[in-house]
Amino acid sequence: MTDKTQYLVRQEPYYQVQGQEVALYEAAYHARLPVMVKGPTGCGKSRFIEYMAWKLGRPLITVACNEDMTASDLVGRYLLDANGTRWLDGPLTTAARIGAICYLDEIVEARQDTTVVIHPLTDHRRTLPLDKKGELVEAHADFQLVISYNPGYQSLMKDLKQSTKQRFTAFDFDYPEATLEAQIVARETGIEQSVAAQLVKVAQAARNLKGHGLDEGVSTRLIVYAATLIGNGVAPRDACRMAMVRPITDDADIRATLDHAIDATFDANPA
Amino acid sequence: MPTGIRPVTDARQRQMAHPQVQAWWQALDCGFAPVADVFEECLDEALSSFSRAQMEAYIEAARFIGKLGRGPEPLLAFLEEWPAVAAAASGDQEPLLPQVMGAIRAMQKSPNSAAITPFLQTLAAVAKRLQSAEQIELYIDIALNLMVRTSASIHGHHTTFPSPGLPAFLEQAPRLLGLLSTAGLRNWTEFGIRNYGSHPERQVEFFSLKSADSHAVLQRERHGTLFADVERSLDLYLRALWRDSDLLVPYSTAFDELRQPVPYFDKLGMRVPDVFDDAHGPAGIVSGLNRYRAVLAHMVGHRRWSTAQIADNWSPFQRMAVEFFEDCRIETLLIREYPGLRRIFLALHPQPRQDACDAETTSCLRHRLAMLSRALLDPGHGYTDPVLLDFVRRFHALLSASESSTAEIAALALAYVAKTRRPSDQLATIHFDDTVIDYRDDNRQLWKFIEEGDEEQAFDAERKLEPGEALRGLPPRRYPEWDDASQTYRPDWVSVYEALHASGNAADIDRLLQKHAALAKHLKRLLDLLKPQDKVRIRYQEEGSDLDLDIALGSLIDFKSGATPDPRINMSHRTDGRDISVLLLLDLSESLNEKVAGAGNASGQTVLELSQEAVSLLAWAIDCLGDPFAIAGFHSNTRHEVRYQHIKGFSERWDDTVKARLAAMSAGWSTRMGAALRHAGHYLAARQADKKILLLLTDGEPADVDVAEPGHLRADARKAVEELSARGVDTFCLSLDPKADDYVRGIFGKRHLVLDRVEQLPERLPLLYMSLTR
Repeated sequence: MTDKTQYLVRQEPYYQVQGQEVALYEAAYHARLPVMVKGPTGCGKSRFIEYMAWKLGRPLITVACNEDMTASDLVGRYLLDANGTRWLDGPLTTAARIGAICYLDEIVEARQDTTVVIHPLTDHRRTLPLDKKGELVEAHADFQLVISYNPGYQSLMKDLKQSTKQRFTAFDFDYPEATLEAQIVARETGIEQSVAAQLVKVAQAARNLKGHGLDEGVSTRLIVYAATLIGNGVAPRDACRMAMVRPITDDADIRATLDHAIDATFDANPA
Repeated sequence: MPTGIRPVTDARQRQMAHPQVQAWWQALDCGFAPVADVFEECLDEALSSFSRAQMEAYIEAARFIGKLGRGPEPLLAFLEEWPAVAAAASGDQEPLLPQVMGAIRAMQKSPNSAAITPFLQTLAAVAKRLQSAEQIELYIDIALNLMVRTSASIHGHHTTFPSPGLPAFLEQAPRLLGLLSTAGLRNWTEFGIRNYGSHPERQVEFFSLKSADSHAVLQRERHGTLFADVERSLDLYLRALWRDSDLLVPYSTAFDELRQPVPYFDKLGMRVPDVFDDAHGPAGIVSGLNRYRAVLAHMVGHRRWSTAQIADNWSPFQRMAVEFFEDCRIETLLIREYPGLRRIFLALHPQPRQDACDAETTSCLRHRLAMLSRALLDPGHGYTDPVLLDFVRRFHALLSASESSTAEIAALALAYVAKTRRPSDQLATIHFDDTVIDYRDDNRQLWKFIEEGDEEQAFDAERKLEPGEALRGLPPRRYPEWDDASQTYRPDWVSVYEALHASGNAADIDRLLQKHAALAKHLKRLLDLLKPQDKVRIRYQEEGSDLDLDIALGSLIDFKSGATPDPRINMSHRTDGRDISVLLLLDLSESLNEKVAGAGNASGQTVLELSQEAVSLLAWAIDCLGDPFAIAGFHSNTRHEVRYQHIKGFSERWDDTVKARLAAMSAGWSTRMGAALRHAGHYLAARQADKKILLLLTDGEPADVDVAEPGHLRADARKAVEELSARGVDTFCLSLDPKADDYVRGIFGKRHLVLDRVEQLPERLPLLYMSLTR
């Protein structure tokens, strides 16, 4: 039997509650309904799930999905050992057996045929057939499936099938409102609240450009990076350039505009 | 008295007051009375800066100019202007005088002697702009170069006609140099000489700044940050920092000398100058881009926080004070939002000296308000006037708690006017120095009037469309044209009008396809063989490029457990799917109407009909392949009218509407290839595809009726092809001109095919496409 404790979230992750999402999630978990969290990159989706796992005291198994992932990467496969072969459960199977929360991060990155294996786990059956092994795994009573997905992608290829979408309850996440976001940044990195507020201001300037040359705005995660740099003694303007502007764009005009926003926000010699 | 005619009493006999002046007058040996009238005054000015030896040279030069036989005008101009010129060139006439005299001699010897007077008349103004002897020499070089190259000759080497553009150029020179550096001036004159060298009237128009091209090239050569270059940045700036956006409309600052327009905004958009030089102030340099940003931020501030006030009962002074206070209020709020703006605002804001204005003799209202405005924004202003300090305090008290409001701030402004009013405010001489804050708009949105005033004009009254002005098709798109001689673009040179091609009978095309049914069958076989392009992984290969770990493990497991292992444990890649966008561009010029001469063409088909068949077949073939494709035709009638005819768009289906347009294909006019390539390319470049192909079908070289030199349009077409390839569009040319080898390689490089036997076109075009995309 797999060691369940290794998947437990030991320390309370810092998560700033924004609305009713905690209560709603708890209700969904109570009924073991599958959950989908949507939102732009770096807005705190994964952190939320981690936090809820901690709060509910459930083990959390996270799978980062990618294009080359196959169904057996989720479900499990036979391996070789000295005595012949041995079956190794995939993360999804493990979660179903031990009653963990299985979190499939960025599910749209996986190919659509792969994601179909989760279907039997997400409806009334709550089973996972292992056809290679000839076993039908009954999901543990505590098992819950959570997926995250970023609808901001423009690509038509990266969307969920309707049949998948309609198996989930969903949370819509977005970047927190400015003061809250500043609090989060300050709390997460220990920099001053006022500096954090300035960082958020620069980030919001970039978010205003979404759709006008930027695919995604500056995420909370990037603000935290910038704040971390500042905390380590980097000058705020350099930290912003390095962590918040250069990563998101190669467009010279946008870069110049955001650099100007940084200069205008962090006055060089405050009068 | 008519000038140039010697009066009865000879001016030579005129007596000057001072004996030295009298001696110089004698030396000048001049009989013009108008010169005698002002001679003493001119010498007075010259004496204040020239040494004795310099005076001798000055008189000597004047004597020469007086004897040119051009009347008193040049001499008057020289006597009056020269001291100013020498003063501008750091007081030293030594290196400059021979240059100027040389230029005058050169004009005198050529038929251009009429230009001497304007040359001398504007020289002082030019010198004032240029401020150095070297720069003035450069200017003289440019003028002489213009003269030599535009003086026309009829029989061989003697120049017999004066340069038409030179006098106009000399008259405009001071204004031009206000906008351009000497290098820019050289480029601008070069452009005029090359393009209008053989067209006297147009040349005069160009050099007197009356033609649109002249303005356009001038605009391009100007120094500073051009609006056109930063328009996108500014739009991004508005969106990113202010969540605002509006149409940005530039106004020209080049041609309004007397009254410089001021930025403003109204319901039609935000008006900003077309160019901003970097501002060099005591507080450092503010780049042109940042000046634009300051203007926009200020306007955004008004849009956010200002409310229009009813101004009927306020005097102009009161309104001015309210404007100053309100401007400061919104700037304070802007700075509150982005503290870094303070630096830019302060660097652009004038800092009037406290004692600069004498309240006894001039109206100091503007001065007082400018000081106040400075003090409101700049904590380190250093002014000591107690009233000013009191109002600064009250202003900050108002704003410390909240955003305040326009009405509240207006009340403060009115109190200020009441407190500081002086009788001298009504004086006509107004102190203007250091009081103009050029990034602020004209505040027209701040006022509303209940009664119609007589001072406000309705600038933005809706313009009615003239009856004949109804729009046909899309408005023109302007493209530059490459000028190979100067290695520059001619800005906005060609107008491309795009319109839907007329429709004909779609059944005609079906009939054509029917006619080529055998060929189509053959093509179909070839199409099926076409290899797709995208890479796809194939698994279960006995031999391949990569070990497929999953399957290898499976096989090993089978092997160990005694079953027969699957040997297909490798994977490899193959190509699958195509991602090609193609645009077929047809030359529809007059020459297409010629009959094809070939032996195999007994029916006497025209090139146009053959092209029609070929294009139909190709369209059918590409449709079979499923590649997205578009078809367009073009022809031109001078640079002002290049017609681009839309036959099929990428998203349209190959159906009867498209076939009908193809059936109505007709030919006429000329082939201005570059503009059509650029226009077609901009559609293609916007496509998402791995491979973008522009396939050009033409029957001759680029030519147009308004271009005399044959190389020009070729060079432009070559440049257009280069531009497209830089944007990821491959251009391929299929030429039907048997003599095309001479030029087609020059334009398209290796990417061309010359079809000698035109009658083969219907067969060859689809094959060509397939071989291109194999």
